[in-house]
Amino acid sequence: MNILVCISSVPDTTSKISFTDQDTRLDSSGLTYIIGPYDDYALARAVELKEAAGSGNITVFHVGEADSEAVIRKALAIGADEAVRVDSKAKDGFFVANQIAAYAKDKNFDLILMGRESIDYNSGIVHGLVGEHLGIPAISPVMRLEINGREATMDKEIEGGKETLKAILPLVLGCQEPIAEWKIPSMRGIMSARTKSLQVIAPAETDSGLEFQKYELPAPRTSCKMIAESNVAELVSLLKTEAKVI
Amino acid sequence: MSVLVLLETTDNQIKKSSLEALAFAKHVAGNLGGKVSAVLAGNPSNLSEAALFGADLILQISDPRFSQADARAFAESLLQAAGETQSKTVVLAKSALTDSFAALLAAMWKAGAATNVVSLPDFSNGFVVKRSIFTGKAFEFVKLTAERKVISIKKNAAEAVPNAGAGEIKAFSPQVSAKAFALQTISTEKATGEVLLPDAEIVVSGGRGLKGPENWNLITDMAKVLGAATGCSKPVSDLHWRPHHEHVGQTGIKVSPNLYFAIGISGAIQHVAGISSSKVIVAINKDPEAPIFKVANYGIVGDAFSVVPQLTEALKNI
Ligand SMILES: Cc1cc2nc3c(=O)[nH]c(=O)nc-3n(C[C@H](O)[C@H](O)[C@H](O)COP(=O)(O)OP(=O)(O)OC[C@H]3O[C@@H](n4cnc5c(N)ncnc54)[C@H](O)[C@@H]3O)c2cc1C
Ligand SMILES: Nc1ncnc2c1ncn2[C@@H]1O[C@H](COP(=O)(O)O)[C@@H](O)[C@H]1O
Repeated sequence: MNILVCISSVPDTTSKISFTDQDTRLDSSGLTYIIGPYDDYALARAVELKEAAGSGNITVFHVGEADSEAVIRKALAIGADEAVRVDSKAKDGFFVANQIAAYAKDKNFDLILMGRESIDYNSGIVHGLVGEHLGIPAISPVMRLEINGREATMDKEIEGGKETLKAILPLVLGCQEPIAEWKIPSMRGIMSARTKSLQVIAPAETDSGLEFQKYELPAPRTSCKMIAESNVAELVSLLKTEAKVI
Repeated sequence: MSVLVLLETTDNQIKKSSLEALAFAKHVAGNLGGKVSAVLAGNPSNLSEAALFGADLILQISDPRFSQADARAFAESLLQAAGETQSKTVVLAKSALTDSFAALLAAMWKAGAATNVVSLPDFSNGFVVKRSIFTGKAFEFVKLTAERKVISIKKNAAEAVPNAGAGEIKAFSPQVSAKAFALQTISTEKATGEVLLPDAEIVVSGGRGLKGPENWNLITDMAKVLGAATGCSKPVSDLHWRPHHEHVGQTGIKVSPNLYFAIGISGAIQHVAGISSSKVIVAINKDPEAPIFKVANYGIVGDAFSVVPQLTEALKNI
């Protein structure tokens, strides 16, 4: 099994987001970067599938600048065999998808696993775009994945439930829990990750049809009105007459 | 020229989010000149609302395979409808279905796409939309420069107000490729009769403070009184107290109801990320220092086991 796992490098989920340069740049001072949480599930499932098969190769793929090396090394420590980084800022989902498709088109991956969405730009479009570029089905969000020969059985989340589907490899999948449990790198994994191959390649040209303008932070919430525990009737009346939401 | 909308149905009704997409499309058509066309599969009982909320033309698919169809079948149909109606812009309401084909449609159609759009576009300098990013922690403004555009909107991006269109209904039999029905669905498990979390106007959510699944009647009883959907924090679904599709937050469902109750939920930043676009948040927590009170509009410091039943009683009389 030859698996490509695409990972984004994103501010840790506890990060407070702020911007600089007149709201045109993310202020990354003080931010810690992690593997996108959904991408981390995809990686964990890839490692499990390889372990279960007893053979195979996992390549992690990342579009980003040199400062994401630590995040890529972590993916290698978790169990990927090699890594490829496209040396460019990840401008948007179209740009990333084009890079993935350009790299994967002649590599015969059985599975291209991603997260259901990145948690920075949250566009949720990369898997769908890659599937179409490569002419193979893209399915998301996948919460269970079993492989039997060339056949994949998956549970896909739908509104209020799930759907079980079968499809033939190769596939592009957007993953989410509980497809696997996040893995913590072992000491041995961390040691071996240092010497695994990390290939840096130049970006393919693309035009996304999108032009970034600026960022904005949400308006702060007004302070919380506290109501005595013994006075639930007051809460009900405030919700009715002040907030007008019931 | 027209703006094309996909109308989704649930329980044989056009979804409210689809009516918001119509309102959004009507705004776009009003600014750029042109009509609003809609594609719809099935025969919902509130079909007349499509015209009432802005559709000039409704292309109605009666092929029964569409009730189970995968993303590609819808993408191919919309593409064909866009050709027939000479549409350059497609508006979708965010849902499990559209999430999985917005990108496919954009790639097939060579369009620019913006997802998670939160308000009506600004036309003063091109076609600029505001999107939610960093899971509700921020927004970005992007200009759609491609001639063809696919826009997926979040709940409340446009207000569904009656603004009637011509409402012509035409049968539509899209010619979709064999590939479009290639994925084999084996089974579907779907909660029926429940209010769906992403669409809900009111959400009652419980956290680890409720101690165990045996106490969830506190949450479900209150939800029933309010006609609300039920949600939970991540540990609650990780512990299998509640199904995964109820988990709200950064790695779960993002909700934008008018009213969100966080009961026995501490308010960790990852949970708050999923609820920050709620209009009003009510927190019930026994710890006055719980971070949830920093984002709530109304709060009660107290034991959920005594406060919630009283509140449920009081809500019965509204
Ligand atoms: C990468 C990552 C992603 C994550 N994504 C999510 C996510 O999407 N959604 C999410 O929810 N979490 C997420 N988390 C987990 C998050 O950090 C918190 O651990 C989680 O939200 C806490 O859930 P909780 O508030 O139910 O439980 P706790 O933190 O245990 O809080 C329980 C609360 O209940 C109160 N309480 C206890 N007893 C009572 C009582 N009798 N009456 C009233 N109140 C009571 C306590 O005071 C406390 O505030 C994520 C974490 C990580 C690392
Ligand atoms: N910069 C990136 N490099 C590699 N893969 C990425 C990158 N950004 C996003 N992805 C992958 O695409 C998925 C969907 O991202 P998005 O469409 O941005 O929400 C993510 O979960 C990742 O698996």
